[in-house]
Amino acid sequence: MHTPPSVLPDISPSRGEIGGFADGAFFAALKIVESRGDIQSPPLRGRCPAGQRGARRGINLTLLSVTLVLLCLALFLPLTALAAELPVLTGRVVDNAGIIDAATEAALTRKLADFEAKSSDQIVVATVPSLDGEEIEPYANRLFRAWNLGQAGEDNGVLLLVAKDDRKMRIEVGYGLEGTLTDLHTKLIIENDMVPAFRAGDFSGGIAKAVDDMVMVLEGNPEELETRGERNQQPPFNTDDLFFAIFISIWAIIFFGSIAASILPPIFGRKLGPGRYRWLGMTFEPGRRSSGGWSGSSGGGWSSGSGGGGFSGGGGSSGGGGSSGSW
Amino acid sequence: MPALSSPFVFRNLPALLMMAIVLPLLAGCGYNTIPTAEENAKAAWSQVLNQYQRRADLIPNLVETVKGYAAHEKETLNAVVEARAKATQVTVTPETLSDPEAVKRFQDSQAGLTSALSRLLAVVENYPDLKANQNFLALQAQLEGTENRIAVARRDYIQAVQAYNLTLRTFPSVIWATLWFRDNQPFANFTIEEDKMQTPKVDFGTQQGG
Repeated sequence: MHTPPSVLPDISPSRGEIGGFADGAFFAALKIVESRGDIQSPPLRGRCPAGQRGARRGINLTLLSVTLVLLCLALFLPLTALAAELPVLTGRVVDNAGIIDAATEAALTRKLADFEAKSSDQIVVATVPSLDGEEIEPYANRLFRAWNLGQAGEDNGVLLLVAKDDRKMRIEVGYGLEGTLTDLHTKLIIENDMVPAFRAGDFSGGIAKAVDDMVMVLEGNPEELETRGERNQQPPFNTDDLFFAIFISIWAIIFFGSIAASILPPIFGRKLGPGRYRWLGMTFEPGRRSSGGWSGSSGGGWSSGSGGGGFSGGGGSSGGGGSSGSW
Repeated sequence: MPALSSPFVFRNLPALLMMAIVLPLLAGCGYNTIPTAEENAKAAWSQVLNQYQRRADLIPNLVETVKGYAAHEKETLNAVVEARAKATQVTVTPETLSDPEAVKRFQDSQAGLTSALSRLLAVVENYPDLKANQNFLALQAQLEGTENRIAVARRDYIQAVQAYNLTLRTFPSVIWATLWFRDNQPFANFTIEEDKMQTPKVDFGTQQGG
């Protein structure tokens, strides 16, 4: 049935109105308003002590629950603070320290995207202003794992991390590339490319050169690179997946669609007449056979893993390969 | 007989239905939690062993390279070789992970090797030629990388063991632990001791032993 439009919006916003409604029929509504904890009107206080007691209990309960929620928040705050420490993966170059100029950043992003398209290796450059007292090795490992660089199962990601204020850098190599981009390679890249450039203040140049050399090392064995690229190539259109998705969605629609079409319109829809509801621009008659059609669930399903636009890690991990340096 | 058995079936129908529903739900109720956590911890331990082995494999090359430049640092070199021999003898299989003594022995022997190695690397500082040697640079880079891999593997193991021990002691998985997995013992974890011991041991002292 239809309830009359709620009385609450009419009285709750302002104090004066509540004062006017204080006695009689709207007492119940008033109590609800009071138990929401926002208003306690002075004129009410003297007149009806019983009701006030009820309201008091309401307020106490509200206070209690608010305290509980605050307590929970206080408990979870350290956790979220810890998680928020890591930068967000916004692209292939995450320059949070602001040391890479725009032209280099664009060039690097393009280069790394091309390289991933060819080999499926994910290289990400990250700069942070400070490590907040943490060593760079565990930080880099944490960041690498949080970002899931490299393809799942292949673990072919590389993270080049620069901590500006700590004057430290690290190349963290995923499990799968440890054999190709060895600790020695990364050490040499850091010592020969990055350290001299960084000492001269040329962050963009040093990072660009390091990325060039990393790509060069990874391309050093072209056959292996290509097989890895092919192995991780996701076919843009997999017919098996498509048929499976269609099959599943047809069955899902048959099973749940009719149930939903009979249950949901009475709840969410607008009543037109006995047993007739209008919802989502369609007319439903749950009582009759052949409802108006439920083309609700169309499209939107089976979006394949790698789309354009945003960049995200492929699910790889790192066991602490690579090396670090400082300038 | 069917006349007798069908009332039996009917009488026990609720129980049978119950079992048919409940048994598949065992997995959902966390029956798998403990074995899963246990296998994870064992795998993490294998990774720890793997990385320590990697370090042990690097050492003969390192010792040979250093010998070429600093042959008279015999004591330090011997200490490393002995510590390596000792460390490779002590192994902990996944079956003995619940024995704190075994894990402690393993940890101590590896700590001995760590401190012997750090003494060697400290001694090397006195030999500029050696430090410039390409072979030595390569070994040093690998050794650093391996130490870091060990640190990562140990951290992963510590977390895996924590997760496993938690399943044995916390509700609701403790129910399964008492009902079915009575033989499962909590795994011993790395103690902080080794890390604490390492730092003061980096000195230029010449006495042997780790």
